[in-house]
Amino acid sequence: MARASKRTKTVVASRAFPQLKKSPSGIAGFDEITGGGLPAGRPTIVCGGPGCGKTMFAMEFLIRGATEFGEPGVLLTFEETGEEMSRNVESLGFNLQSLADKKKLFVDYVRIEPSEIQETGEYDLEGLFVRLQHAVESVGAKRVVLDTVEAIFSGFGNPGMLRAEIRRLFRWLKDRGLTTVITAERGEGTLTRYGLEEYVSDCVVSLDHRVNDQISTRRMRIVKYRGSPHGTDEYPFLIDKKGFSVLPLSSIRLDHKVSQDRISSGIKDLDVMLEGRGFYKGSSILVSGTSGSGKSTLAAHFANETCRSGRRALYIAFEESSAQVTRNMRSVGINLGQYIKKGLLEFHAWRPSQHGLEMHLLRIHDLVDDFNPQVVVIDPITNLIGANPNEVHAMLMRLLDFLKDRQITAMFTTLTANRGAEEQTEIGISSLTDTWILLRDLELNGERNRCLYVLKSRGMAHSNQIREFVLSRTGVRLLPAYVGSGTVYTGSARLAQEAREKAESLREQQQLEEKRKEFFVRRSVLESQIAALRSELSSGESEFARLTRQRNERQQRLSLDREEMGKIRGVAQDNRGLNS
Amino acid sequence: MKAKPPKAQGTGNATDGVLELRLYVAGQTPKSLIALKNLKKICEEHLQGRYRLHVIDLVKTPQLAQDDQILAIPTLVRNLPQPMRKIIGDLSDTQRVLVGLDVRSQAK
Repeated sequence: MARASKRTKTVVASRAFPQLKKSPSGIAGFDEITGGGLPAGRPTIVCGGPGCGKTMFAMEFLIRGATEFGEPGVLLTFEETGEEMSRNVESLGFNLQSLADKKKLFVDYVRIEPSEIQETGEYDLEGLFVRLQHAVESVGAKRVVLDTVEAIFSGFGNPGMLRAEIRRLFRWLKDRGLTTVITAERGEGTLTRYGLEEYVSDCVVSLDHRVNDQISTRRMRIVKYRGSPHGTDEYPFLIDKKGFSVLPLSSIRLDHKVSQDRISSGIKDLDVMLEGRGFYKGSSILVSGTSGSGKSTLAAHFANETCRSGRRALYIAFEESSAQVTRNMRSVGINLGQYIKKGLLEFHAWRPSQHGLEMHLLRIHDLVDDFNPQVVVIDPITNLIGANPNEVHAMLMRLLDFLKDRQITAMFTTLTANRGAEEQTEIGISSLTDTWILLRDLELNGERNRCLYVLKSRGMAHSNQIREFVLSRTGVRLLPAYVGSGTVYTGSARLAQEAREKAESLREQQQLEEKRKEFFVRRSVLESQIAALRSELSSGESEFARLTRQRNERQQRLSLDREEMGKIRGVAQDNRGLNS
Repeated sequence: MKAKPPKAQGTGNATDGVLELRLYVAGQTPKSLIALKNLKKICEEHLQGRYRLHVIDLVKTPQLAQDDQILAIPTLVRNLPQPMRKIIGDLSDTQRVLVGLDVRSQAK
């Protein structure tokens, strides 16, 4: 086909591999993991067991090509008639007939009935080529689906010829630059029963449908994709009313936008604990606690506040029905019903056991897509944790990534089992969330009281205090915790403690008063003593002065006496000098 | 034109009336030419005056391949009498062709 590249909307896999052109499949998620879709102009094998969704994959590839990418397609079906095929995809909202009428699709049902065929001598499958060529030319096809070409192996008795013809067929498709999907049944120990993968070396996709714990999961793996990097994991996928969707592991990226905006928790006291401004917009909040600790109430407050400020909230309940939650929350003064009526709050309740994890994830995806909320509440996620913890972890990671990517603030509640392991929460999801609020019960003095504390909150200086969490008819209040001698007092214990402390302080005051009186008495005694001493001192001083004076007088007199004596002695000395 | 559900072989009255035969070929390929040659011989020897033969070249009329559910080339289709029968290959085995067409050899 000379027109192969004219209208083909191919996308280049990545900058590193510019040489390989890709045809977007239009299948949600698939183009992401393959970096753009199926190899353009080449055949791809989609293999898997019965009921794994091969045909659905192929059909969606074809129909999306025709409707979204302007690439008409040819469907060669070997197993189901055109009418059956139409009916199959009708449930997904595709109308094969109208596509065929618009010349965007050509459906040819190749019926092989071994019982009415007699073989004599040599033949080949040129008829198939003629039909294919006719089909391709009549709509100008860029895409071809062969579903399931292996059927020819049951219709003809010459395997050597068939293999040669299949090889020729794939060559033929490739030469014409037709992007082809060939479905094939899984064989025992091999990818396909007739070894078709020998002939198609460009891209092989394996689909799988398995049941674990009575819950079925579909998985996809890109076994091979020549010339292109691709995700090698098994990706869960779903087939629902919107068609085929592969759940992309967007968690390989960690480049969400972050917001500085805050969003109120709906509880003023809790906002105060979070720097007075509440959660970061687009963050994820985990509320964990034992049963009856008020997780749902907290979640309902958050939803209520979101709606009150005119934003949309999506509330997904796994335990209670919408009506039940609405009624229950009225008892704490929250009227969720009004917001449901206004269309600000959307309530969805379903059983966790209703689907496998992927289906839950997808349903949430779909709801978020449809409703475009600013806040998502999931109450509780614990019930999903029946399956393999690793799967749950991966699923939640995907969910969180998805929500973060859209700047949706998410609140999850989780039920913690009994005391002890509270701070490690199941499946370690706490490490995935930004804010973790812990609710606890304290059993003391024959009553249970609720406590709340913020265990972590990334990017803010949150309070480290344990608060008492009181549910009242007007909503939730957080009371500052009573901390005394290392214990938090709540409820009646708090009252008792308060009374006790009051009595204590009164007693102290009385004691002080007494002490003061005592002191006054003592002071006056001491003061009088001081006065006595002082007078004693002053009398001592005057005595000393008197003695000093006396002594001075005596000395004076003594010196006078000596003078007089000297005068007398001076005469006697003169006399002695005369004698010598 | 649509394919009829297959029935058990060997209806006795198949030899009554005229056989309506179509030979599907795709261009002048060696296999097609051999098949046509073989078919003409069989018809002349065994079905004298009891057949109508159309040769359909799918290269010229590809849409007929879909209508008559042709996959292998060459294919000989017995449209009448009912039920429809298909014989594929170069028709080199005369006995098998006759069995396939459900006609007894006149030569015997």
